[in-house]
Amino acid sequence: MNGTGHNPPRMLERIFRPKIILLAVLAGAGLLACFAGQFGRYYTGLLTKVGINIILAVSLNLINGYTGQFSLGHAGFMGVGAYTAAAITLFIGPNLLPVAGAAYYHWAAWGLFGAALLAGGLAAAVAGVVVGLPSLRLKGDYLAIATLGFGEIFRVIFCNIKSLGGGLGLNGIPRYTNLFWVYVTAAVCIYVVVAMVHSTYGRGFLAVRDDEVAAEAMGLNPTRYKMAAFVTGAFFAGIAGGLYGHDIRAIDPNGFGFMRSFDIVVMVILGGMGNTPGVIAAAIVLTLLPEWLRPVAEYRMVIYSLLLIVLMLTRPQGLFTWRRKWKQV
Amino acid sequence: METGLSMAATPTTPPLLRLEDCTLRFGGLTAVSGLTAEIGETDLVGLIGPNGAGKTTVFNLITGVYRPAAGRIEFGGQSIAGKKPCQITARGIARTFQNIRLFGSLNVFDNVRVAFHLHLWQGLGHAVWRGPGFLREEKEIAGQVMEMLEIFQLQKYRDAPAAGLPYGEQRRLEIARALATRPKLLLLDEPAAGMNPTEKAELMKLIRFVEEKYKIAVLLVEHDMQVVMGICRRIIVLDYGVKIAEGTPEEVRANPKVIEAYLGRPAA
Repeated sequence: MNGTGHNPPRMLERIFRPKIILLAVLAGAGLLACFAGQFGRYYTGLLTKVGINIILAVSLNLINGYTGQFSLGHAGFMGVGAYTAAAITLFIGPNLLPVAGAAYYHWAAWGLFGAALLAGGLAAAVAGVVVGLPSLRLKGDYLAIATLGFGEIFRVIFCNIKSLGGGLGLNGIPRYTNLFWVYVTAAVCIYVVVAMVHSTYGRGFLAVRDDEVAAEAMGLNPTRYKMAAFVTGAFFAGIAGGLYGHDIRAIDPNGFGFMRSFDIVVMVILGGMGNTPGVIAAAIVLTLLPEWLRPVAEYRMVIYSLLLIVLMLTRPQGLFTWRRKWKQV
Repeated sequence: METGLSMAATPTTPPLLRLEDCTLRFGGLTAVSGLTAEIGETDLVGLIGPNGAGKTTVFNLITGVYRPAAGRIEFGGQSIAGKKPCQITARGIARTFQNIRLFGSLNVFDNVRVAFHLHLWQGLGHAVWRGPGFLREEKEIAGQVMEMLEIFQLQKYRDAPAAGLPYGEQRRLEIARALATRPKLLLLDEPAAGMNPTEKAELMKLIRFVEEKYKIAVLLVEHDMQVVMGICRRIIVLDYGVKIAEGTPEEVRANPKVIEAYLGRPAA
């Protein structure tokens, strides 16, 4: 590349960007956590919601946006993570924490929560394998319907497990989630997705999306890429579920139905499929929008829905996607 | 290509690709019937035939899109029938498509970069960790991609989305992408389709160049007789899925069966 007279490819600059993003968001998370006490209950709760939705949207964007596999079952994975994490802190926590003693109680709780979140993520990833193996053979609408079906199956399973509270769900989950946990997870999630996609290996996700037949002819194994996207996406959705459960302190199966999946899909579409900054922005806007519309009370959801329709009509490529002009040289 | 004629002799080493009695049926239609053919290590073979003769189907058989109902396909002495397309590419067969299939939203650089997939050391874990090995490999690949783009005179389009390229450049990019997988055999499916005479002449030069520089075998399906007769050392003629002739361009041109397949039987 030396001496040939052209600029180094843009790719080389991109290599260093994900780490910068990670550092920036980590710093932001630290700052947020420092000032969390001054926000008050309402704003802390809102920021937590925003952060969790960012994790959900960015992880779904890997599946729907970058890899082009339209999944409508993301809330199902979130549910698996939420239930797993909550079960660990509720059933194992009371037996484990007193052992640590009063002096280390705080640290033990932290460790327990971290382990619970990780377990939730891993459980969701396993669920991702179980769902992905049969359904990723399907394409387009059929895949969407299959994942929708699996999402509902998870919901019905939760409804029928007595030890997990059945239809009433789990109550009294300790409030371990704070802004620090949420935004650190969000930072890691964003970093992992961006870093994966910005590599020669990871360009395969986009190649599979653009043309599966051509990708296969270039020696890529589309199934492997789809599974990687699905499992990674499910993992982060599971962690987001754990954070969600330990924030609102009560979870029930209906919180993880297809309406929830749909909310996340809307964020991805509105942000622009495969456009991570756009999807983050959409997650923020769509979480805050219903709050801003609170003054108009009962018309709130009507206006929210109308806004979505208008946005889809005027900016179908995504609210935050400025399509680069095809460069004709 | 007078010089090409002398090289058309049958290879003494086992052939690179061998089709033996291959048959493929779609329901009641026999698309390819009992096809036997060989391609040597530095062969430049043309596969021609009237519309619907089964030329692209033969490509799809070789690249694993279809599995033959009967017969054997051997590449480098090993059977590849029934293997997945990506496994066959890994063994050294790369292809282009009749209707160009680039990764439209990816830029030109990334289109070629993706094709290095088979020779990567890195995986997703390395991509997340971004250690020195990963960065070194990315730098190396960037250099190789740019080299490739320069050979194919595509470097000025580097950052343009592939879907926005002019037609001739898209065809060239597809060949560059296929070569980036480092194949032993390159299959070109109607590379001259939709090209004007100047572009065709350039394409012929390019195919000859690729064959010489990379020392690989080339099999091309083509409708344009000028291109086929101009560059191929050997030609296989298909009609209704059956091989009706094989030989040098001169032999094929003079073959009455070929004339009949293309023009019909002479009036009595």
